[in-house]
Amino acid sequence: MTVENIEKQHMKKVLNRHQIATVLGISLFVTLLFSPSLSAQDAAEPAAAETEAVAEESDESAGDAAKGKQLFNQNCAACHALNRKMTGPALANVESRLAEEEGLGKDWLYAWIKNSPGMIASGDAYANEIYNEYNQAAMTAFPTLSNEDIDDILAYTSAPPPAPPQTTATAAGGEATAAGGSGISNELILGALVLVFGILVVMLFLVNSTLKRIAEASGVVIEKEKVEKRTPIWKAFAQNQFLVLVSVIFLMLVGAYYAYGWMMQVGVDQGYAPIQPIHYSHKIHAGDNKIECKYCHSSARVSKHSGIPSLNVCMNCHKSIYEYKGNPEGPSPEDLANGYTNEFYTKEIKKLYKAVGWDETNQRYTGETQPVEWVRIHNLPDFAYFNHSQHVSVAGIECQTCHGPVEEMEIMYQYSPLTMGWCINCHRETNVKVEGNEYYEKIHEELSKKYGVDQLTAAQLGGLECGKCHY
Amino acid sequence: MNNIIKIGCLLGLIVSISSCQENAEPNYQYMPDMYESVGYETYDKVGFLPDEQEALQPAEHTIMRGWMPYEFENTPEGKELSKAASSPLDSLSYEENMAKGMQLYTIYCAICHGDKGEGQGTLVKREKILGVPSYADPARDIQVGGVYHVIYYGLNSMGSYAGQLNHEERWMVSEYVMQLKEDLTK
Repeated sequence: MTVENIEKQHMKKVLNRHQIATVLGISLFVTLLFSPSLSAQDAAEPAAAETEAVAEESDESAGDAAKGKQLFNQNCAACHALNRKMTGPALANVESRLAEEEGLGKDWLYAWIKNSPGMIASGDAYANEIYNEYNQAAMTAFPTLSNEDIDDILAYTSAPPPAPPQTTATAAGGEATAAGGSGISNELILGALVLVFGILVVMLFLVNSTLKRIAEASGVVIEKEKVEKRTPIWKAFAQNQFLVLVSVIFLMLVGAYYAYGWMMQVGVDQGYAPIQPIHYSHKIHAGDNKIECKYCHSSARVSKHSGIPSLNVCMNCHKSIYEYKGNPEGPSPEDLANGYTNEFYTKEIKKLYKAVGWDETNQRYTGETQPVEWVRIHNLPDFAYFNHSQHVSVAGIECQTCHGPVEEMEIMYQYSPLTMGWCINCHRETNVKVEGNEYYEKIHEELSKKYGVDQLTAAQLGGLECGKCHY
Repeated sequence: MNNIIKIGCLLGLIVSISSCQENAEPNYQYMPDMYESVGYETYDKVGFLPDEQEALQPAEHTIMRGWMPYEFENTPEGKELSKAASSPLDSLSYEENMAKGMQLYTIYCAICHGDKGEGQGTLVKREKILGVPSYADPARDIQVGGVYHVIYYGLNSMGSYAGQLNHEERWMVSEYVMQLKEDLTK
């Protein structure tokens, strides 16, 4: 074995060791990366809990604010917020504001809450003023609320718990530092890795040159390629015609295999996940909040298309939900790494408001709308007919059968290949749903007798006929 | 050394090729003529139409199939008047209507109003939307016609569901709501 060979082996070994070291290093850094964020969260949670506890205590000391909060959330929160105009006015310190600005006492509030339409009808000046100011949206009368209940609610509105803004601030701060921390440490780790790698490369060169010098000093002659007059291997190969033939056939088969694979995926958009103009998370809507698919895609029940909801459907909920508060446990480290913070989602809701022309401060539509250019993901070729209602309403197939685990998709993508083979497979395997469907009763009876089966598949009912989908 | 350069080149090539596989772009098609419709597709972008979109409101002074006139206005007075209206659905097929109504209620209403109409839907439990009343609230005079009015026009923070439910479906849901109210106040 020549010295160079030894060197080469050496180098290989070192390289391998280096790889192992890198892997080890990366895993170490990853664990390090996660551990501080975890501990930071652990630290933040008790803090939040403490502030909440403090808030609750202060509530109790203020009287019935805690009970008032419950009543407020049950009865008022649909139309009123503390510090924000909704269908009705903001209610923070409503009692003192009314007393100072309008000279109206608690009695007026009692009367108003218990029977606001009556007061408007009776011609009370301020009642009519506020009624007209808020687009004549009639407030529900609450004759069931007692004076004590109203006192509780007023206690809640005049002493809003200081906790929420604080906790959100600390939570936001915590997020920011956590996100920033991971960003910095990521860069640091990368830098360190590059440095280590550089040092290793330099060391290899040094070792190489020292070994060479030692070899020279000890009189070993480093043999450069011995030029022997042997036939080179490629020439020997070319001369053996059988080998050439076999390898050519082999290469052609391999080539054909890959060419076939490539050609079969042309026109198949499985996994297609375009960037949408508004980052709409199916994971939050269908997963976390468990909203039915057909709530938004309501036309899937009754028409060929599963429509994209018009923005007024979004506004059914987002009239009330103006910011993203996330889960009680806060955003996951994974979401943070992707930049999906609460602020990020809130900004997406504002994009919706802009498109639909919703004036948040005045709680009304401005009429200045702009279309949202959603990018269509699932697109069948023009020569294939597909009807959603037939599959959703008649066959009763779950949306997830074709569209995959949509409730887990942060970014929507095409789950199924939507190829003809895929359609046909399903038609062959799926039994026709006949329960409660008189339409199929007779034909099912006759055909099942003909085929000698209990349950017809969609294919046996004509689900493979060309004209069913191509015409 | 030579080998390392070669391996490096190969790795670079693999990386550059695999990074071309972008999921943000649709795949090639064999014959786009066969795939893309000549006519306008649903929700297509069409230059000369208002807002450049194919999806349009029905032409003025036209009505769609199955559309029924609704005589009550979107005012508090209209709502009061609507409470006297009764359901036009056939009471003989009450069971079927209830089954359908329940299905629709579960899709469109239960997310806020709760499966039993107690006002504790998922969104309320998760404190996303607050103040959803129970149908059993004695202060509220809930009548089938009034429910229909609210589904048709919306009320306060609740939006209109006239776009998602048709005439019959709205009445089915209204009847189902009355059924829920009965069950709650039993």
